[in-house]
Amino acid sequence: MPCRPVRPPDAPAFLLSSKMTVDLTVTQTTQTKVLSLSGLSKRFGSVIANDVIDLDLHQGEVLALLGENGAGKTTLMNMLFGHYLPDAGTVEVADEGGQMQALSLGHPQAALAAGIGMVHQHFALAENLSALNNIVLGSERLGRWRRDLRAARAKIEQIMQRTGLVVTLDTPVGRLSVGERQRVEILKALYRDVRILVLDEPTAVLTPQEADTLFDNIGAMTREGLSVIFISHKLREVLAFSQRIAVLRHGKKVGEIATADADERIIARMMVGADTPETPRTDMTAGAPVLELEGVSVTGRSKRDSLVGASLTLNAHEILGIAGVSGNGQSALAGLISGLTKPSAGTIRIGGADIATVTPANMIKAGVGRIPEDRHHDGIVGAMSVAENMVIERLNSAEVSRAGFLKKDAIKANAETLSRNYDVRGPGVDARARLLSGGNIQKLILARVFEQTPQLILANQPTRGLDMLAASEVARRLLEARETGAGIVLISEDLDEILSLADRVVVIHDGEMVEAGTRDREVIGLMMAGEATPHEPQQSGAGTK
Amino acid sequence: MLDILNILLSDSFWAASLRIATPLIFGVLGALLCEKSGVLNLGIEGIFVTGAMVGWMAVWLGLGLWGGVLAAAVAGAAFGLLHAILTVPLGLSQHVSGLGVTMFATSLSYFTYRTALPAVSSPPKIEPFRALDIPVLSDLPFLGPVLFQQTAFTWLALLMVLLVWYVLNRTPLGVALQAVGDNPDSVDAQGLSVYGLRIGAVVAGSALMALGGAFLTMSAFDSFFFGMVNGRGWICIALVIFASWRPGKALFGALLFGAFDALQVRLQTEVGAVVPSQVFLAGPYVLSIVALVIAARRADYPRALLTPWFKGQR
Repeated sequence: MPCRPVRPPDAPAFLLSSKMTVDLTVTQTTQTKVLSLSGLSKRFGSVIANDVIDLDLHQGEVLALLGENGAGKTTLMNMLFGHYLPDAGTVEVADEGGQMQALSLGHPQAALAAGIGMVHQHFALAENLSALNNIVLGSERLGRWRRDLRAARAKIEQIMQRTGLVVTLDTPVGRLSVGERQRVEILKALYRDVRILVLDEPTAVLTPQEADTLFDNIGAMTREGLSVIFISHKLREVLAFSQRIAVLRHGKKVGEIATADADERIIARMMVGADTPETPRTDMTAGAPVLELEGVSVTGRSKRDSLVGASLTLNAHEILGIAGVSGNGQSALAGLISGLTKPSAGTIRIGGADIATVTPANMIKAGVGRIPEDRHHDGIVGAMSVAENMVIERLNSAEVSRAGFLKKDAIKANAETLSRNYDVRGPGVDARARLLSGGNIQKLILARVFEQTPQLILANQPTRGLDMLAASEVARRLLEARETGAGIVLISEDLDEILSLADRVVVIHDGEMVEAGTRDREVIGLMMAGEATPHEPQQSGAGTK
Repeated sequence: MLDILNILLSDSFWAASLRIATPLIFGVLGALLCEKSGVLNLGIEGIFVTGAMVGWMAVWLGLGLWGGVLAAAVAGAAFGLLHAILTVPLGLSQHVSGLGVTMFATSLSYFTYRTALPAVSSPPKIEPFRALDIPVLSDLPFLGPVLFQQTAFTWLALLMVLLVWYVLNRTPLGVALQAVGDNPDSVDAQGLSVYGLRIGAVVAGSALMALGGAFLTMSAFDSFFFGMVNGRGWICIALVIFASWRPGKALFGALLFGAFDALQVRLQTEVGAVVPSQVFLAGPYVLSIVALVIAARRADYPRALLTPWFKGQR
């Protein structure tokens, strides 16, 4: 490996701080640069998806782009390929002569013309068309009355022979397997003679065997001069198949490292990060159990939204952090506690009382406060007023209605008090709730939940997409509820958040929940990736029973 | 029973079927083009009215029959462009926009007609397309009257079936159109314009729809009067599903409906004294619903139909 990072003496500790990683650049001398991203930034509303990102790629190189979900990997690649127009920054691509040329951004056509191809995580294929038509689509002039498919077919067959990526060209894509569809996606790019190939989580949908074959093929192609960027959060394949690793966290590039110098421990640290804002947090003694799950299973449509024999106990004055990579059963757990998903097996007790039928109404009655993951969609009714949204979970209570009629004045007075106490800012309590910003919608939901002093609070991704101030406000409120005696289930993909707030950590992976038994972020990080066993021998129904 | 058999064997019945089917062929092809690209065009009923009125008026103003055909197509394309702009780049509800276009196009056509001809009691007539008289072929038994004594407008419809089929299946444009109706991302990722393809398809499809209307005033009849489209546009929307978005099947569906309609007219005269005529009038529609129920189960919906696509929102 010619590329070695400039590493200070104490690399692991140094890697933990994003502030100090700025000068961690890989020196490239012997390889020619084919792609250079500089200062790329992109905001979506109040969320900063990419924050001034620089990235280089060299000929024949396999660069792995790593980061947790929401770190901004896909956004970055979508800007490179022209799906998104960056707010700031430039991209330069080497032309066939090796000269760096500025790329016109925001047009996939321009990216393709510059020799950049992208394999999308959600395949961009027309299922009603054959593989051949999907591959050729867009490379023919639309005004032509006849098609020359023979030449196209010959070229594709030659590519298939060279790379080993073989598909049946005349079958409609809708009838191909997922692995075959992915090969069609790659062939699409190769047919356009791309020199740079971007693969967005290429192995997410593949079996291990298919993944190995894919990387063998990629290896063969890079020896012919293809340069590859692939997005992943699977550490093992990153270490096995890349030459260099760039890590994104919260939209920022936090470091680069030559794969030869990396191991899973170092990468996990870089991905998870350590710059946690301090939240004052008092020690509390756990109280009586508020939530007990015993062997609870949820059968979802796929493994991603299922739970397998989950057992846990959450006590009063406790925050239980559920750590895991998105899509490992978090939605099933959240659905269960919200009352939206019925279990297929197991017992649920809230405050010591069995929940016979899991419905949203029963859960609210049992004292569950819900902070949903998608606050715009599930947390509020956007077309209704702020005041109405604040009482929407207790329309039948005496303070809100009498004999089936709403007490408009009381509702409004309640909303004005809550808006003051929870600092909900916006066009007023009579305005439609969708007019509020994301942070203020979350404050509205917090006000609604906490005012009922629930004994159990489900906080699902409570700070995702919020700015630092709003996020720390949410954290403060959660800690406050903990002090007043609630038990809180905190589901988050942000391990920093879990470690700073949670008393205990449970890792969820493939629908199985295991108590971490440690606060070591590396161990937890590995467990999240399904590549380590818990720190200490696991007991079922772990907790302070 | 024997009467029905006699009807079915007569050349005049089949000639009438094809004649009645002609506007539907245009309409169903137009709707098919729009929907293949992913856009439902419920403006069809109003675009039929516009085509009927504009085609007739162009001839009445002295532009000639083919000038009328062209004028109708342009007028249809204009309303198609309106619908396309509302539903494609702006992504508004295709149902609402389509129904709006139908109401707008219908009213504007009636308004224009009334403004141009404020005080006529009987609608002015034009000299419509005449039946072709092809030597030898027109004199063939059975086939002659059925196929070769139709007007040039009917032949244009049959030609359009071939053209639409060819474009969809044999040209790069058609393949792109099929792709954009299935998954717009596939088109975008290959560097083609989703908006361009969809707007183009809706405009072209709407032009075809207007020709269906123009046939009514320029070939089937010789004047324009209110209410003459009489739901033919809506029938086309159903026929597209019946046809599973295939031009060949669309032709078959249109002919089937034409045959039902021709049959009911003849049955009315046969047994009209016993059974109320409304029963026969309803017949083709009832049979269409039955055929649709059977066919719709297997219908191959364009996957992206009704789904707006926005650039930069993947």
